[in-house]
Amino acid sequence: MNNATWNRAVDKSFKYFGIACTFLGLILLGIFMVNIFTEGAQRISWQFLTSLPSRLPARAGILTAWTGSLWIFTLTGLIAIPLGISASIWLEEYGKKNPLAQFLEINISNLAGVPSIIYGILGLQIFGRMMNLENSLLAGSFTLALLILPIIIVATREAIRAVPGTIREASYALGASKWQTIWNQVLPASFSSILTGIILALARAVGETAPLIVIGALAYVPFVAQTPMDEFTVLPIQIFNWVSRPQAGFLINAAAGSLVLLCFVFFMNGVAILLRRRAQRNLKW
Amino acid sequence: MTMHSVNGVPRLEARNLSVHYGEKLVLKNITAQIHAHSVTALIGPSGCGKSTFLRLFNRMNDYIEGFKKEGEVLIDGADIYHKSTKIEELRKTVGMVFQKPNPFPKSIFENVAYGLRIRGVNDKNILGETVERSLKQAALWDEVKDDLKKSALALSGGQQQRLCIARALAVEPSVILMDEPASALDPISTSKIEDLIYQLKSKYTILLVTHNMHQAGRVSDKTGFFYLGDLIEFGDTEQIFTNPKQKQTENYISGRFG
Repeated sequence: MNNATWNRAVDKSFKYFGIACTFLGLILLGIFMVNIFTEGAQRISWQFLTSLPSRLPARAGILTAWTGSLWIFTLTGLIAIPLGISASIWLEEYGKKNPLAQFLEINISNLAGVPSIIYGILGLQIFGRMMNLENSLLAGSFTLALLILPIIIVATREAIRAVPGTIREASYALGASKWQTIWNQVLPASFSSILTGIILALARAVGETAPLIVIGALAYVPFVAQTPMDEFTVLPIQIFNWVSRPQAGFLINAAAGSLVLLCFVFFMNGVAILLRRRAQRNLKW
Repeated sequence: MTMHSVNGVPRLEARNLSVHYGEKLVLKNITAQIHAHSVTALIGPSGCGKSTFLRLFNRMNDYIEGFKKEGEVLIDGADIYHKSTKIEELRKTVGMVFQKPNPFPKSIFENVAYGLRIRGVNDKNILGETVERSLKQAALWDEVKDDLKKSALALSGGQQQRLCIARALAVEPSVILMDEPASALDPISTSKIEDLIYQLKSKYTILLVTHNMHQAGRVSDKTGFFYLGDLIEFGDTEQIFTNPKQKQTENYISGRFG
């Protein structure tokens, strides 16, 4: 075998190896999806969505869980979005040459990599105990808001940075102040990308389990939360709870709950992709 | 500020002006006077400091890291780098058009109305009149009058640049700075911009940076030749192009370097 044939052979085999790697993950995910679908789809019904937890698998439902997830989604968004966007604006537009901002920048990237259970411990101590929020929705939302804040900040900063400097110059040259430029030009131009980042971050928050278990959301909650100060449970915790039961019926319930959670997360990701597409189509600088 | 020069006070003036970016000296002891209702072309090879000089008059250099200025920059005899200068007011008087058309990703109407909106003008009639007047002045009205709600990004490059001129005119400046306004445009759009500059001269004082010798010759009354941060020669355009006093000017204009 001469050199060229050898190179071609290596080239080809690497190509197939790459294809195999790509499909391995997708196939495994596919098998998993088919599995929970065949087990869970039969269980999904109006009764399942509107029933409270029960010790009988056939009567149990996910009403408390999905309303809890909705609460968490909303409250976490309300806390994390304004904080995240404001922090990004300061870091990107005001703190550029500030050594403090540079120090914070490194640490925000680090925070994005901290395991979520650590956030749970932090949340338990600060929100649960020191602020006396105990195991309420508010404590959970604050904790998850902290968890997704770095993700939102990184995404928002990227979106703000993608707005060309020429737009800022044009605004300044017409006599706009810095804040007017940010409010009227930079934020509207980066809005779609910022929203994409926020949605992905919130989808992550809705899927989180560990930090909420740490702050005490694992408790049996037989009612639908009415105020942010109520105890709660969320879908992933409900699933976790059912999976650890011995009865086969609860495993089916868990599969059905997973299906609902997956649908929700896929839906959110779909919206994010659509928004990103729209942003790219509308803005060709 | 008045539109006309009072008692021979020049509209724009630089006195013993030097500029540093960090350690680098980019303008060396420049003194020049520019009178009202004229077009002054600033020419010279890339990096000679002409854009820096232009951007001194609306303080756009303030955003550049390491920017340091000695000497004075005056408009109607007043130092615009004085502590009491309000930058928003200065930029209402001194408009600017950039090298690359940079419309906002908004509608044509909102692009032109922006300068008024940020000053709190929201009256529909005033905005409508101003947009129409400005677009007419920028010779763009006939092309876009039925599409004012369309995105400005859908316009051609030449139209975008005239939109940027209209946007600058909307706040009624009396000085307009143009930084190579036609360098990114095709010949037809370029000639439209040049016609426009020529028409605007009767109402405005225009400072124009250009790399195009013919353009400088066609539209300007005065020409300043910059080289390596020095203002080598400044005078009537005709004299600069036909009978330059300095050897360097002659070499540059005849295309021997730059």
